[in-house]
Parts: sequence; structure tokens; C-alpha cells
Amino acid sequence: MTSTADTILWVVIPYVCLAFFVLGHVWRYRYDKFGWTTRSSQLYESRLLRWASPMFHFGILAVFLGHVMGLGIPKEWTEAVGMTEEIYHFLAVSIGAVAGVCTVVGMVLLIYRRRTVGPVFSATTPMDKVMYLVLAIVIFLGMWNTIAGSILNLGGHYDYREGVSVWFRGIFRFDLHPELMAEAPFGFQAHGMSAMLLFALWPFTRLVHVFSVPLGYLVRPYVVYRSKSSRLGARAPRAGWERVERTRETSSRR
Amino acid sequence: MKVMAQMAMVMNLDKCIGCHTCSVTCKQAWTNRTGTEYVWFNNVETRPGRGYPRTYEDQETWEGGWTLNKRGRLQLKAGGRLKNLFTIFSSPKMPSIDDYYEPWTYDYENLTNAPLQEHTPVARPKSLISGKDMNVSWSANWDDDLGGSADLATADPVLAKVSEQVKLEFEQTFMFYLPRICEHCLNPSCAASCPSGAIYKREEDGIVLVDQDQCRGWRKCITGCPYKKVYFNHRTGKAEKCTFCFPRIEVGLPTVCSETCVGRLRYIGLVLYDADRVLEAASEPDETKLLAAQRSVLLDPHDPEVQRAAEREGIPRDWVEAAQRSPIWRLIHDYEVALPLHPEYRTMPMVWYIPPLSPVVDVVTETGEDGEDAGNLFAAIDRLRIPVEYLAELFTAGDVAPVTAVLQRLAAMRSYMRDLNMGREGDASIPAAVGMDEQSMYEMYRLLALAKYDERYVIPSAHAEQAHSLEELATECSLDYEGGPGMGGSGPFGEGSGPGFSDPIAVENFHMLQARQTADTVADPATRKARVNLLNWDGKGAPPGLFPPRADDEADGTAAGVGAEVPASAAPAEVQPRPAGGSDAGPAGDGTAPR
Repeated sequence: MTSTADTILWVVIPYVCLAFFVLGHVWRYRYDKFGWTTRSSQLYESRLLRWASPMFHFGILAVFLGHVMGLGIPKEWTEAVGMTEEIYHFLAVSIGAVAGVCTVVGMVLLIYRRRTVGPVFSATTPMDKVMYLVLAIVIFLGMWNTIAGSILNLGGHYDYREGVSVWFRGIFRFDLHPELMAEAPFGFQAHGMSAMLLFALWPFTRLVHVFSVPLGYLVRPYVVYRSKSSRLGARAPRAGWERVERTRETSSRR
Repeated sequence: MKVMAQMAMVMNLDKCIGCHTCSVTCKQAWTNRTGTEYVWFNNVETRPGRGYPRTYEDQETWEGGWTLNKRGRLQLKAGGRLKNLFTIFSSPKMPSIDDYYEPWTYDYENLTNAPLQEHTPVARPKSLISGKDMNVSWSANWDDDLGGSADLATADPVLAKVSEQVKLEFEQTFMFYLPRICEHCLNPSCAASCPSGAIYKREEDGIVLVDQDQCRGWRKCITGCPYKKVYFNHRTGKAEKCTFCFPRIEVGLPTVCSETCVGRLRYIGLVLYDADRVLEAASEPDETKLLAAQRSVLLDPHDPEVQRAAEREGIPRDWVEAAQRSPIWRLIHDYEVALPLHPEYRTMPMVWYIPPLSPVVDVVTETGEDGEDAGNLFAAIDRLRIPVEYLAELFTAGDVAPVTAVLQRLAAMRSYMRDLNMGREGDASIPAAVGMDEQSMYEMYRLLALAKYDERYVIPSAHAEQAHSLEELATECSLDYEGGPGMGGSGPFGEGSGPGFSDPIAVENFHMLQARQTADTVADPATRKARVNLLNWDGKGAPPGLFPPRADDEADGTAAGVGAEVPASAAPAEVQPRPAGGSDAGPAGDGTAPR
């Protein structure tokens, strides 16, 4: 049986956070297209950034793909294609560990750089700081789960593919299993909860640049031309730009 | 043939005195904001010198522009599309703020707030990046006028291409100024580098702009531009570049840098070009043939076939006519004296230069010979291979012949005109020696020496039917955001975030500015319906409509407002306040009356 607390923690809060995530992005895009940027600080400092940023970003991309694999793909599917538990575990832990180490090292370097390089620090907004904190918590907890759970096997064996993953997929299929999360080890609970918080914050931070991955660059022509005809259909004219006519009152007085 | 129109500029380097007025007025107009302190859309470099940012011309280091790959196909020097995407997290070839300079201000407050002390208080320089005290050791024109000095000049990447022997002699010879803006290239590598597709070339007039709403701050354009004329606004995290003052151009006004140029050395006009042939021309394997290739892309606006093709492409008739009157076309094609800057970058730059001649004249004069005699001059240009080689590295990818030809034409013009000015008969053999006839030589002289405003700037205004959409472009892609010109503060997500599309560049304002500048009178009395725009009101007179009409005006049928030309006595009982300097004689008598 699930208690009310479990339902709130693992059903209500996730939906609220995901709603923030989706609606927040829509709102941000409409409200703040100009602020939708990576806010790069490379101009200030590039010696540390040159190593740390690619390390972090490629690491986190691999981590993301790992999560797609672990959370998104049901265990039955991988078994159906003949991947045994051992092989899966080996792949997940080995690739995951490398990606995780890259991510953590990159992130630590980036945060160190942000704090110690004067110009970079003074260009950091309060929202950036909140985001860095939450992101760091999520990443460290995730790393801890991998090391403690899968490598060192502290606290006994826990197969997240039969717990967390089922719960996570259920959120999107409206097949709710809060009890699975309630039974999960604390590390996974904390990781999941902090990730939900991160999702809720996401649209209000610089993380929105994730949705600007410029894949279109690979297929578009090199030089972009724009003219009135192609734009008129593309976007409605912004209000307030029509020529304001004299009011009737004024003209009658003339 | 796909005819397109391009707004282009020519600068006559012979006339540049290095006063930096263009840079200053441009900065006041466009980059006088936080985040753009180090941004100079227009800068003036002393050559030989390192340029701004330092050594930007060394493309082996900065990897700007295009190159030909192994198969002879045009490719970004910084690498293909995939490489570009994979290096997105840290752009490997981006100049850091140190390669530009660390912008600073002075702690002026200390001058008034310092406690009583033995020594005079000083205003210390404070970094605008970190806010800390700093040592000022470099700036945008730190090496101004230091062209010949060994420690600076030897770092000039262009000079490095000229041999050691040549270098030493050359340093003793001369220096000159090179004003630079964005080249608004036909084949812009900044646009090609932009992963987001935010940099675009306007179909109507070829101006290259950054869509501020679409820029995501990937910084690739900064690497892509070999002239390093795309800058990163470090507060907003967006790329910004020279806009060719498009709101002014749209109403037929020249750019701010041209308008304010003391030496009147800038020319603006249209050229027509064949967009289908740009790629082919930029792919020319022999670098020294790139100049010819670039010239060949331009189309003759007098050719009926070109005119028909232009009509098919929807280029308005008056634009074609403006292209026929274009000083740019004449300088590039008819007189062949304008050369592009660094054609070897293969971007097809559209700001052209007339190389400087005067040092040659001075050198000849120093030897005691007649510096303006055609024979002497030709010989001197031929002998002075050194500066010609340097100029060739700048303008013709190292090919000396076109530069020599230009210098000979300019020298011939001087000699030929000297005879005329002395009241002597013109010597037809002088123009003939450089492949010109007397009339075209005289016309070239007029264009280079005497041309008035309307001849230097032949700018057809954007069409009324286009105006709205051009304005739309303006509202979406320029600097009209919070934190833009005149704005301040920062939004919740960092500098310049949040809504607030106030519209600082209203095309209407520029229309009025243009009307005002070209009017014969101070206040535009020609039309009674003139609307008052205080932004452009110069304080002279009281333009009609400045004050609401009074009841008794209406009764006797006079038009709204009291114009500056209405004598004060004609107006009944003066009750409305008049601005200082209005039509009433002030206490100082006529001194305050409008001129």
C-alpha cells in the first residue's frame, strides 16, 4: 500500500515539476527569447574552460544517453535482444563510470573556475548559483549511487531497472507506482527528488541552452539570406509597430 | 544569373588622417553600453601594426575565413560542419579579452570624495571586466601612429610575409591608416560558421546582421570572421557586429562613420552582383586571381541584360538606376582604383580601399626631384617595390601588379591635374600611359577630390512597400532589447534578459532626420502637417505642432502651431513659453536667433 506521503513525493511532486519544466520553457521562450543563450564566459577565461567544458559536456551527454538506456528502455527489451543481466551491468557500470568521472571532474573544474576567476564570478547570476548547487547535488548523488550501489554493492543489491525505471516510465504512461520509489534505497530517492527539483528550475536557468543544440547546422546552406517575403509568413508583425494615427480629437481641432 | 543588390563602401586611404572620428561616433551610436566596452564596429589601425584584435590577420593562428580543401572545394578554415559542432563547448580559436584589451574606466569619484591629504587624489583606472584596479597596458589603438617602431611592427602578420630585407627599408619609409568596418561580404564566413543560423545576409541590400533573438552565444562566428569584426557582448552573451547603420541606409542616409568622416574619404553605393557565381569565384584556386574573380562577380548596371535580370529578381527600377550612379561601381570598375581588403580570405569583402599614394610622392620630393611629375612618379612607384609589396599583401593577396596599376593611375591623375590647375593644356599622354582618356581621368579626379555629399553617397532608400518588413527585421534582429542603446539594468536571467521591446530604432525617426538634414530651412515649414519629433529637434525655432493650437488660432483659420518664421509681432499676445534659442531675440540680441 502507498501512503499519502509517498503519493505526494513520487506522484504529485514529479508531475508538478514536469509541468514547471514544460510550461516554464514555453513561457521562457515567449518571454525571454533574447535571454535564451549559453551565456558563455569564454571571453574572460579560456585556459581552464578549454579542458573543463568539453569534458563536462561530453560526459553529461554520455550520462544522458545512459539514463535513456537505463530509465527509458524496459528490462524485457534488452533481454529480448539477448543482453544478459551481466553484460548490461558491465556496460552500464564501465561506460557510466567513465562518463561520470568526466562529468564530475569537468564540473568541479568549471565551478572552481567560476568561483576563482574574478570576471567569471562577477558575471554569475544568483540563478546560476542555485542551478550549480542543484546540478552538483544531482550529479554527486548519481555518482554515489553508481559507486556505492553498483560497484561496491553497499547496502545490498538493488536493481533500479525493476524499481526506479518502472516508476519513471509510469509517470509518462499514467501507470503510477509510487511504492516502487518508496522501497528504493535512499540514494536513489534523493537522486530522483533532486533531479525533479532541477527539472522544475531548468526553464529559469541558463540550462535552456540544451534545447538549442544546433543540429540544423548540419543540413542548412552555409549562408542564410532573409527577406521580407520569407519572414512575413513566418512571424506575425509585432504589435505596436503600426503607425499611430492622429486621434480624431486632435485632427478635428486643427 | 541571379542578380542581387549589395550596399558597398569604398575608403580612399590617401585621405585618412587617422583622427578616429569614425570610431568615436560609431561607438557613441552603437556600442556605448555595458558588455560592448571593447567592441569597435569601426576601428582605425596604423599600418604596419598588429591590428585589432592583435594579429587578427594571422589566419594560421585564428583560422578565420575560407580555405580550399584537398578536393579544391571551399571550406571554412576552422573546419567542416561536424568539427564546428564538436568544438562547440569551447571554441578553440577564439581571441580572449587579452587579445582585444581589458576595458576600463576611472574612479572619478575619488577626486571629489578623497579626504584631505598631502598628495593630490588620483582617479585610478578600474577594470570594467572585474571591477578591480588595473594597469592599463593595451587598448584598441595603443599602437596608434607607431607604425614604424620595431617591437610593434615586427608583430604585424602582413609584414611578416614580406621579406626581412624589405622590412627594414620599409619601416623607414612610411605608415598609413586603415579604417575598418565589417566587410558585409558576399560570402560571409561568420554566417557560415553560425550553428544557430542567426547571422544572415539581407536579400534587399546585402547587409549582414545578427538576429539577436536567435543567437545562442556559440561564439563560432568570432572564429569564422577573418577580419574579427564580430564581437561577443560579454554581458548579454550574444554576438554583435557592424550593422552598416541599416536604419539610416534604409532612408537614404549614409552610415554614421561615413557621415562624420572628417576627410570625406568614404563612398557608399550599390553594386549589383551575380549570386550564382559567388561560390565559383570564391573557389578560385590561385589566390592572386581572387581579385579578378571578385571583380567578375559584379555586374554592369548599364548592361540591358543585367537590367532585365534585375527586374526579374524584383530589384526596383530606382535601385538599378542608383547602381548606375554608384560611386562604388565607378571606383571598382570604371577607374579600377578600389581594391578589396584581403581577398585571400575568400569571403568576397564588400568594403573596398583605394591604396595610399602620398608616401610615394613624399619620397620622391625628398630626393629633390619634382614629386608630381608623371615620369618621376611612375619610376618611383616602380622602384618603391617595398610598400607596394606590403600593400599587395593587404589588398591583392600579394600580387603587386594591380596595386602598381592603381598607384600609377593615382599618380597620373596628380600630374595631369597639376597641368590643368596651373592653367596649362592637359597632357593627353599622361592618362593614355595608364590606359585612361582625359575625360575619365578628370571625372575620376572630381569623384576623388571634389565629390559632394550626394555624389559620395548614392543610397536609394528602401521602398515604402518594403519599409514595414525591413522595420520588422530591425525590430527583431538589432539592438532593440533591454540593455540595448539607452537601456540599462539586467533581467532575472542575467544581463538583458526579459521582455521589454521598446523600440529605440524607429525608422520614422531616421526619415525625419534625413528630411531635416536635407531641408533648406531650420524647422521644416514646408508642410503644415509635420509631426514634431523631439528626438531630432535641434532646438532651433519652434517647429509647427510643437505646441497645441490655441482656440483663437483656430478661429482665424491659421494653421496649428506658430512656426519659427512667423515674426513674434504677428502672433497675438505671447503667452506660450518658447524654447531658448527660438525665434524671439533673447537678451543677447540677435545672437540667439536662428541662423
